[in-house]
Amino acid sequence: MNVSKKEYEVMVKKASPNSRLAANCARAFVVGGAICAFGQMLYAIFGALGASRDMQGMLVAVTLIFLAALVTGLGKYDDLVKFAGAGASVPITGFANAVAAPAIEFKKEGYIMGVGAKMFLIAGPVIVYGTLASMVVGLIYYFVR
Amino acid sequence: MDYIWAFLIGGAICVVGQILIDKTKLTSARILVFFVVAGVFLGGIGLYPRLVEFAGAGASVPILGFGNHLARGVMEEINSMGFIGILTGGIKAAAAGIMAAVLFSFLAALVFEPKAK
Repeated sequence: MNVSKKEYEVMVKKASPNSRLAANCARAFVVGGAICAFGQMLYAIFGALGASRDMQGMLVAVTLIFLAALVTGLGKYDDLVKFAGAGASVPITGFANAVAAPAIEFKKEGYIMGVGAKMFLIAGPVIVYGTLASMVVGLIYYFVR
Repeated sequence: MDYIWAFLIGGAICVVGQILIDKTKLTSARILVFFVVAGVFLGGIGLYPRLVEFAGAGASVPILGFGNHLARGVMEEINSMGFIGILTGGIKAAAAGIMAAVLFSFLAALVFEPKAK
């Protein structure tokens, strides 16, 4: 193809936002999918150990939260979010990271107003709106069930 | 086969989150709130439990699954406790997740030092 440097730059500009979105999505897909497949493996392990179905779900969530807090403490979860975006922040591990990261970061402001208060900087809204939404669903369910 | 569906559906949910981040400039905190609330309503109308049955961890591990869990909790609690269940069901269902996050984050804050900036 015969294009001048200027034309080429215009073409690159035109194509790059979409290809960047595609690349971001591909990384989110692979990492998010891998975290879920790992979760599926945990289900199988806890199932083999004799946990009931409800108990399996709880144990999987707790295990993933533990691992995410550990990886956050080691300073590696940030790197995963930078690489995978929503692939790292949308799974429950991202929620755990959202609790652990400010808890560690604000340690310098003390255990009460630092760790204690800032722990829910991001996770707080999730709990506030999640539980409020559950009340809305509950209210509707109560009258239509 | 379980693993393939978990991977595909879990990955697809994360792609939806990524598109929201890239196209709407929503911060990941807002995405988390959006997904939890969406999960509660998808759970409330009975759609999400079907996805969980089909995709296992692919549906329950994303934060949408946490929302779905809250919806299931509030409906079960209403069945057993009546009206007061509206108040207690959601947070009861969330208890294990929240407490685990509090405990392990606190321990992480005890053990690890913040990165020097």
